[in-house]
Amino acid sequence: MVLRFGGKKTGGEHPSEIRDVESGRSRRWLGGFRRGLAKTRASLASTLGVVLSGISRIDPESIGDIEEALYMADIGPVTVEAVLEALRRGEGGGESPAVRVRAILLSLMEHPAQSPPVKGQGPPEGEPEVIFLVGVNGAGKTTTAGKLASRLASEGRKVMFAAADTFRAAAGEQVEVWAERNGCHIVRHQEGADPGAVVFDAIASARARGADVLLVDTAGRLHTKKNLMAELIKLCRVAGRQLPGAPHEILLVLDATSGQNALAQVREFGSALGVTGLVVTKLDGSAKGGVLIGAVHESGLPVRWIGVGEGIDDLIPFDAKAFTDALFEGEPT
Amino acid sequence: MFEGLRDRLTGIFRDIRSRGVLGEREVDAALREIRLALLEADVNFKVAKDFIARIRGDIIGIDQAAHLDPSQQVVKAVQAALVELMGGRGAELEKASSGVTTVMLVGLQGSGKTTSAGKLALRLRKRGLRVLLAPADVARPAAILQLKRLAELAGADAFDSEGMKDPVAIVRSAVERAKREHYDYCIVDTAGRMQVDEALMDELRLMKEAALPHEVLLVADAMTGQEAVNLGEAFGEAVGLTGVMLTKMDGDARGGAAVSLRAVTGVPIKLVGVGEKLDALEEFHPERMASRILGMGDVLSLIEKAEAAFEPEAARAMAEKIQRGVFTLETLRDQMLQMRKMGSMSDILSMVPGMGAKMKDVEVDDKEIVRTVAIIDSMTPGERRRPAVIKASRRKRIAAGSGTEVMHVNKVLKQFTQMQKLMRGISKGGKRKQMQMMQQMINR
Ligand SMILES: Nc1nc2c(ncn2[C@@H]2O[C@H](COP(=O)(O)OP(=O)(O)O)[C@@H](O)[C@H]2O)c(=O)[nH]1
Ligand SMILES: [Mg+2]
Repeated sequence: MVLRFGGKKTGGEHPSEIRDVESGRSRRWLGGFRRGLAKTRASLASTLGVVLSGISRIDPESIGDIEEALYMADIGPVTVEAVLEALRRGEGGGESPAVRVRAILLSLMEHPAQSPPVKGQGPPEGEPEVIFLVGVNGAGKTTTAGKLASRLASEGRKVMFAAADTFRAAAGEQVEVWAERNGCHIVRHQEGADPGAVVFDAIASARARGADVLLVDTAGRLHTKKNLMAELIKLCRVAGRQLPGAPHEILLVLDATSGQNALAQVREFGSALGVTGLVVTKLDGSAKGGVLIGAVHESGLPVRWIGVGEGIDDLIPFDAKAFTDALFEGEPT
Repeated sequence: MFEGLRDRLTGIFRDIRSRGVLGEREVDAALREIRLALLEADVNFKVAKDFIARIRGDIIGIDQAAHLDPSQQVVKAVQAALVELMGGRGAELEKASSGVTTVMLVGLQGSGKTTSAGKLALRLRKRGLRVLLAPADVARPAAILQLKRLAELAGADAFDSEGMKDPVAIVRSAVERAKREHYDYCIVDTAGRMQVDEALMDELRLMKEAALPHEVLLVADAMTGQEAVNLGEAFGEAVGLTGVMLTKMDGDARGGAAVSLRAVTGVPIKLVGVGEKLDALEEFHPERMASRILGMGDVLSLIEKAEAAFEPEAARAMAEKIQRGVFTLETLRDQMLQMRKMGSMSDILSMVPGMGAKMKDVEVDDKEIVRTVAIIDSMTPGERRRPAVIKASRRKRIAAGSGTEVMHVNKVLKQFTQMQKLMRGISKGGKRKQMQMMQQMINR
């Protein structure tokens, strides 16, 4: 039986430069978030903001309440401990506890333990930028690809799809619909076909058509499946062999409703593939995606986008400040 | 980070023995560790808090004189309480006293409803029941097509909703057809929705009124975090759940959502999804779930899986052969085929306690097994019995016949020789032993 040790490290590759064209969007998102919350009284009452606004001093009892509120937002034990430790040390200035916790959380995301990935070379002049979307089943990869295409196209870039999920029933057709919505070309093989062949053909086609960006939708996989992770490493290799430097961006798509397992996902996909950025989906519900704080802090990976709905426009650039603020939404004003 | 609760408690109780009583301080420290273990496993904060309050008494009551490791006793108490909280064993699906039984699957986007519908269909088909799948997810692109494909794979029928845009109308017509054509089950796949989306929750109510289902199953991802409570509450209030299906349990999620969901909905967890294939659906076992949540490895599942895959007859025959010192290339091939039946090697090994961490760097290639089997198949019976005769020209022929390279053939032969040595050292060939052997081979 054959064993392989470790995964290929492709870390340090360059993240795509996508400008935040509509920063007003995140405000719209915050508005949406607030409305969403208003619908559910229960979660409103449990938000950090509400709890913290009622606390004026840091003492053992209030620390317990803060801890509770942090946990309720999926901010896991390790991060919670870090926040409480910082509070006890008196970090976050002489402000009210609410302001201090907010500042500490923000600083956890803005000062990642590890340095952010080094920016490598983009695609050579005239070559397509290849972006992989990876993640566990149902995280929102395909939908994110569809929304991202629209984003990039609105910046005047010519986008193409590679339907490299040949495993799930009708996955190819799902991408096809998004290609139609975006008026983009798509490379698709039959169900059950080799995803490597799809990537190979798609890069060739993207070059021939002079596409600027190739979005590669991959099959969902749990990070514990060694053979499926190996398949993904192979897919990256296929891309790199054909177009040196590719994939130029590997986006790990995370579901905001997931709890602490998201940390394991970031760790495993990260070390296997050299993920260059994160996308967090389904932030339009009442899940707050608090696990992201720990994930960003631990991995040092940038969050590129957040998904706030199923529509083509429901993808917005991440803003750590707005995200942290959203965790506090519900604070009476 | 994910060390078991027992390891953590051991530290707290280390110097307790000499004193012989569990003092207030130790109890509180132990309760804190238990709480943290639950939170790390994504059990909802409030649920964990209630739970801790409930087991406090059990822990104080632990008898120091029992000459049993107190950490073991605490873990046992916690486990027992968790099992109790999660309710009995996986319950079967309801069956209508007469006519069609309608099952409706509901849940968040991406939780695994469509795949679960296919799995349920296959499960029922295997019992010879007639199943109609109703594709009512008109929102996600190609969701209907996906369900139709799964229906084909499961040997079930799918209601043709071509041209229909209203999910309520689809449900109504599908259920009518199921009644008219005397199906045993009608499984309704609904679009994923956020519980805060009032319009879509209203739509779900209407679908329920149209379907009048016997079962409304909440399909929830085992990776769900604190949100599980809001989810269970909201879906329960809107459509009245009868059970939960927990999906993606084949990963390493600790699955605290199971506890949260059970606590807020009060309905049983009926089935769990353990893989992407249609037959990867299992009953829920609260005891295993409890060990998993407490980070103690899913030993029972592993043993059961091994038992299910190793056909007792074949296993006994193989064990006998090995005992007699007969380990041929044919034995190796049969054993490999047996292993494959158990699912992917890495899945199996990740269930072994303590193997999780080791597995991080080790990758067992399932393709390798396929290749090895192909190579052995390309040998003549004589060659299989006496591999020593396989010289260069034969190696070439075998490589060509199996579509591999000579180096692969060399490798198989070399591995075989090594294994043969290993097997000689084994006197009894029980299942456990076989697993251990396999692990040793993998680890070399
Ligand atoms: N509400 C909401 N739903 C989303 C979002 N992103 C994806 N989804 C939904 O989640 C489900 C799974 O998404 P899909 O893209 O198929 O996941 P994949 O398996 O990772 O490719 C679909 O029903 C999507 O419409 C989001 O940001 N918000
Ligand atoms: Mg997909």
